[in-house]
Amino acid sequence: MTELVLDRIQFAFTIMYHYLFPQLTMGLALLIVALKTVALRSKDERYDQAARFWSRIFAVNFLIGVVTGIPMEFQFGTNWSQFARATGGVIGQPLAMEGAFSFFLESAFLGLFLFGEKRLSPLAHWASAFMVLVGSWISGFFIIVTNAWMQHPVAYRVLPNGLYEVTSFWGLLTNPWGLIQYAHNMSGAVVTGAFVMCAVGSFYVLEGRFADYGKVFLRVGVIAGLLSCCAQIFPTGDLHGKYMARHQPAALAAMEGLFDTERGAAIVLLGQPNQEQHTIDNPLAVNDVLSFLVYGTTKAEVTGLDKVPRDQWPEPLPLLFYSYHIMAGLGTYFAALMVAAGFLLWRGRLFTNRWVLWPLMLSFPLPYIANTAGWMTAEIGRQPWMVYGLVRTSEGYSKYVSSGNSLFTLLGFMGLYSVLSVLFILLVYRIVQRGPEAIVTGSSSAPITVA
Amino acid sequence: MGFIWFWLVAIMIVAYVVLDGFDLGVGILQPLLAQTELDRQVMLRSIGPVWDGNEVWLIAGGGTLYFAFPLLYASAFSGFYLALMIVLWLLILRALAIELRMQVELNVWRTFFDGLFFLSSLLLAVFFGAALANVIRGVPLGEDGYFFLPLWTDWRTGSHPGILDWYTLIGSLLAMAALSLHGALYLAVKTEGTLQQQSRAAVRRLWMAVLLLTFAGVPATIMARHDTLANYYSSPVLFAIPVAVLLTLAGIIHYWRQQDDHKSFACSCMYLGLMLIGAAVALYPRLLPSSEDSALDITISKALSGPYTLRVGLVWWAFGMCLAVIYFVVVYRMFRGKITATRGEYGD
Repeated sequence: MTELVLDRIQFAFTIMYHYLFPQLTMGLALLIVALKTVALRSKDERYDQAARFWSRIFAVNFLIGVVTGIPMEFQFGTNWSQFARATGGVIGQPLAMEGAFSFFLESAFLGLFLFGEKRLSPLAHWASAFMVLVGSWISGFFIIVTNAWMQHPVAYRVLPNGLYEVTSFWGLLTNPWGLIQYAHNMSGAVVTGAFVMCAVGSFYVLEGRFADYGKVFLRVGVIAGLLSCCAQIFPTGDLHGKYMARHQPAALAAMEGLFDTERGAAIVLLGQPNQEQHTIDNPLAVNDVLSFLVYGTTKAEVTGLDKVPRDQWPEPLPLLFYSYHIMAGLGTYFAALMVAAGFLLWRGRLFTNRWVLWPLMLSFPLPYIANTAGWMTAEIGRQPWMVYGLVRTSEGYSKYVSSGNSLFTLLGFMGLYSVLSVLFILLVYRIVQRGPEAIVTGSSSAPITVA
Repeated sequence: MGFIWFWLVAIMIVAYVVLDGFDLGVGILQPLLAQTELDRQVMLRSIGPVWDGNEVWLIAGGGTLYFAFPLLYASAFSGFYLALMIVLWLLILRALAIELRMQVELNVWRTFFDGLFFLSSLLLAVFFGAALANVIRGVPLGEDGYFFLPLWTDWRTGSHPGILDWYTLIGSLLAMAALSLHGALYLAVKTEGTLQQQSRAAVRRLWMAVLLLTFAGVPATIMARHDTLANYYSSPVLFAIPVAVLLTLAGIIHYWRQQDDHKSFACSCMYLGLMLIGAAVALYPRLLPSSEDSALDITISKALSGPYTLRVGLVWWAFGMCLAVIYFVVVYRMFRGKITATRGEYGD
């Protein structure tokens, strides 16, 4: 394998593994604030205890998110040094801002939130949870701004020495691509948080242990899940697709498996792209729908890959096609499940309906897969560019780092992250197993978990 | 603009070393000073609510370096590839050790994470010391501003050095000793009873080591790089910095004799800060010197980002740092006072 391929695999592996954790951090932060808000207004002690229970899982999850996040910032320099040198003047900015505004905020308030409850008034403790939410969501924003500039570069100029520089700070932060992507991404994080909360809730209700808490989790989880799953499809997903069709037509064509430009293009629900024949094998397609989704009329012309020079096709194309279809398929399933669960909750029959509780309990891994597949769609769709239309991926990697070095560190990350997975599962399992009633407020034997 | 950003990055590095330095030191000292399970818990709790905020200075400093001097970031991080990756792994392991130790009530579990805490803290001090010494000594930069350094070498300096040679080893030893001393003084401030006595006892021996290595470091640096003192000779007023370093070293031991731990710790903070500033003064206006030809040095003007980036950066950087300082004052105020067996992190 060449250095370039190994650099891509290492970045893909470390970022995909990393993002398993922040998506729950950001989603759960919102749900914990929701629990604390209900507790504050209703004075219902169960909601406070539920918030304490989730804050324990939050702490473990946050820790793994933080430690796997540190290598991300540094890998631009280690493995992508030519890219870092050319674009540091643009994307170094939001990355440094994440450190200055978000990490300090989180590290200060998370400690207060986890261990300061006895000392703080209920309102101040609510505020500390809220600041943790703000910190993690600002953090996400700066990362999306960074990625959005790579997807859709705006507000830049090229300096005489060939490096890129920002021309408008606000232009960079309000990149339209970034705003749409941020909405889609954050709602995706809430989907993960909601499904995880519903899964633990269903587990307690079905098992008949801590069923009171299970019902609290289900109520909050299903409402958040219903709202976020719908927002994921419309308006955020819809907007994202339309914006992509206009600015990255090659990516959209590859995602949809559209080899030939067509009027009234069909949408392929299932199939396998055949790159040699430029067709879809075993297609299950619906006529005209793609044109309608992208342009709002069934007769519109959608650009296919035939209009894109061969050296600008996203690679690997089939993986892009599958990523997108897995994301979209799972998103549809989430919305259907949450609509059913929401309806039963409204009718007061959710807690006894095993036909919905079982899927809710078992589905929690799927949002992780959908979020990962969504990011793979965005990142493979951008290929072969590192910065769309400006810097090719093959021009971005570190020339002087040999492929042997990259493979060594890739294996190192794989080994280390395997250990992290085992620790994470063990610790979260213990928390869920012991249940919400085992947690005592700010007891001095509590772990010093200030991530 | 280059001058400002050079010193802003330097200040962030100083903040990182002074703050994270003491919790690294606590990690190195843990097996030496902690006699009982309770001691180990107290030592961990003495850094519990602050260590992660301290580490944020490294991340924020790295980000600032990235956008202010992209060439330096790209060149140094890819050139020190393997060493930097090992540092990242150590940071991950150390965070796990600190945060997960108390999660499970098993002796084996806790002993394992104690060992990990010690080893990762020790090796991080070694790598940070070596990194600084590498920057001072210089690296074999190519025409395009890149280089690649092997981790191991024949231990000689020269035009084609490696990351670890006799000179950078002195840097590692000095970092280990100085951060351990810093950690011991911090523990003397934050603890009481036997643990405080033990920490105070360790200060004397560590201080001797730091003194020796500081004195060894100056001639070694001049041997490794003959032009080290050029900036000092051209403006002799700068010699105040090494004089001040000696004063802070004297201050550490003076206040230690009077058992005034707070002032002794403050002197240690100043010692670390002044040592780094002294090195930065010697480097200026270079960011990463070449070990072969000074025309290839990465200088401020070569590596600096565009003017608009830096102007805007100054605005939000100042704002962000004000917020960071406020958080730090709040967190350290809530966390003030001695750690005891029964007292929680926030005084409850």
